[in-house]
Amino acid sequence: MNNTYELPLDEAGYAFGFMDEYAKKEVRRAILKAICIPGYQTPYASREMPMGRGFGTGGLQLTLSLVGGNDTLKVIDQGSDDSVNAVNLRQFVQMTCPGVDVTEKTEDATLIQSRHRIPEKLLTEAQILVLQVPYPDALVVVEPSEARRKTMHGEADYSRLLVKLYEDIVKFDEITISHRYPTRIHGHYIIDPSPIPRWDVPKLHQSKALILLGAGREKKIYAVPPYTLAEPLAFEDVVFSVEDFRDAAGIRRTCSRCGTADSFLDEFSNEAGEKTYQCSDSAYCDEQLAHQTVHAQTTNTEVAA
Amino acid sequence: MSRKILEVNNLTKIHGRGCPLCLESTGPEADTNICPHCGSVVAAHGVSFDLYQGEILGIIGESGSGKSTVVKTLYFDDAPSAGEAVFFDEDAQYDLYSLNAAQQRSLRNKRFGMVYQNPHLGLNFNVSAGGNIAERLLMSDVAHYGAIRERARSLLVRTEVLENRMDENPKKFSGGMQQRVQIAKALATRPPLLFLDEVTTGLDLSVQAAILDLILEIQHELDTAMIVVTHDLGVVRLLAGRTLVMKYGRVIETGLTDQILEDPQHAYTQRLVASAL
Repeated sequence: MNNTYELPLDEAGYAFGFMDEYAKKEVRRAILKAICIPGYQTPYASREMPMGRGFGTGGLQLTLSLVGGNDTLKVIDQGSDDSVNAVNLRQFVQMTCPGVDVTEKTEDATLIQSRHRIPEKLLTEAQILVLQVPYPDALVVVEPSEARRKTMHGEADYSRLLVKLYEDIVKFDEITISHRYPTRIHGHYIIDPSPIPRWDVPKLHQSKALILLGAGREKKIYAVPPYTLAEPLAFEDVVFSVEDFRDAAGIRRTCSRCGTADSFLDEFSNEAGEKTYQCSDSAYCDEQLAHQTVHAQTTNTEVAA
Repeated sequence: MSRKILEVNNLTKIHGRGCPLCLESTGPEADTNICPHCGSVVAAHGVSFDLYQGEILGIIGESGSGKSTVVKTLYFDDAPSAGEAVFFDEDAQYDLYSLNAAQQRSLRNKRFGMVYQNPHLGLNFNVSAGGNIAERLLMSDVAHYGAIRERARSLLVRTEVLENRMDENPKKFSGGMQQRVQIAKALATRPPLLFLDEVTTGLDLSVQAAILDLILEIQHELDTAMIVVTHDLGVVRLLAGRTLVMKYGRVIETGLTDQILEDPQHAYTQRLVASAL
């Protein structure tokens, strides 16, 4: 984003949160409906945003409709607070919602907008997580007609998704879906939980925080309300599993920066061309690192004393 | 006496908006099934029959006589314009056309089976042969991968498809093999009622014979009731105990297959039987 950009003076009458009140009201109504029917893709009039569709406009409209003066916002992209998409969206909210605090700490945020990850740290009842969604309909891979997909959702007819899993197991001996794992919400609708990795899917289940998913281009909002069942699609005898991050010797890989062994890892190549692994959630990584520093300092003091 | 499976009363299907004169101005006497007043097509009218457990009912007639329309409406591929059909399941009975879409789908997936003339209608060519059978099992709420795999394997073995081709795409199969996969798929849920729409048309004679044998064996083994639609008199002679003869959407003759083939009453049936090679 252009840091020197300011809203044109004659249009300084922009409402708090960029969208006009009627637009926000419409989005809020869609949110309420989405919460009432867990997993149902509620259509809404996705507005033009001053950025291309596909850059998180669905999530942004949810955030702008929900954010208020007493909120603290965290924006992440692929787990990181500092990647381009996150920085741009955060700056946009700061510019259009004066008075809203921003943070990088998961526990301080009341509203979290995220692309492709759910924070490692468990969310609380006081928080709302907004996920940006490119393709809201899990059935799109098996049925091209939206009219027929709607009927299939209505009748909870998801056998063809299971056929896809069956074919996966036949061909590869395991389910190969790495992200956008079809997940059944509250025993009926199956959602595409946005491109979060399998690692994050269990966090949807009985989540304390409200999870909202917004697709700007596809004009759909859906929700996983707090304390709701979220079951990843699987067979009785071939169960769902998350990424295990074990190396060839069967040892769990750790983050090369903070050393933690319980987070989702991203793979990098270092200068020597070797693979290294680092926490995908940068705020979590920083926190682990800070803990260690504090811990090291206390130990040093004890030694000195 | 065996149990009644299906009771069809006055099944009617009209394509088009229809008018009060449609029914009287079409049919074998009028020598057309297109209404001269409104241009609607009376695909079937006044079709009634009963079907009992383990029985095979043949429907014969020329192209456009409405025989496929009858099975398509019974399998919910098409909604009828009028008439009713009652399906008697083991412990319940269903008035087919008063059910909602989800109930119809459930019956279709669990209790009925359909084998089409064209395997492209009955099979999903994007998944393997085993996957096609799995689809039907998954539709009827079997969710155990091992069990699905085992059942698919035994069905394919039963229908004489090589077991080691189970994970191949049916695109690569011959027409006869595709038809066998379709039959295996239709049988996956052990349905009490099976519809066979021109199953052997377009296959060579030895494959035809093998498939007809298979159908007869299945009928003996599972006591499945079947409706066989064909224009091939040889097929009804071999398979069907009773036969309906249709022309221009009406049933013009009905009775035991032997009687119809040996002593046809209606002029059209006489011509049909006489013209058989």
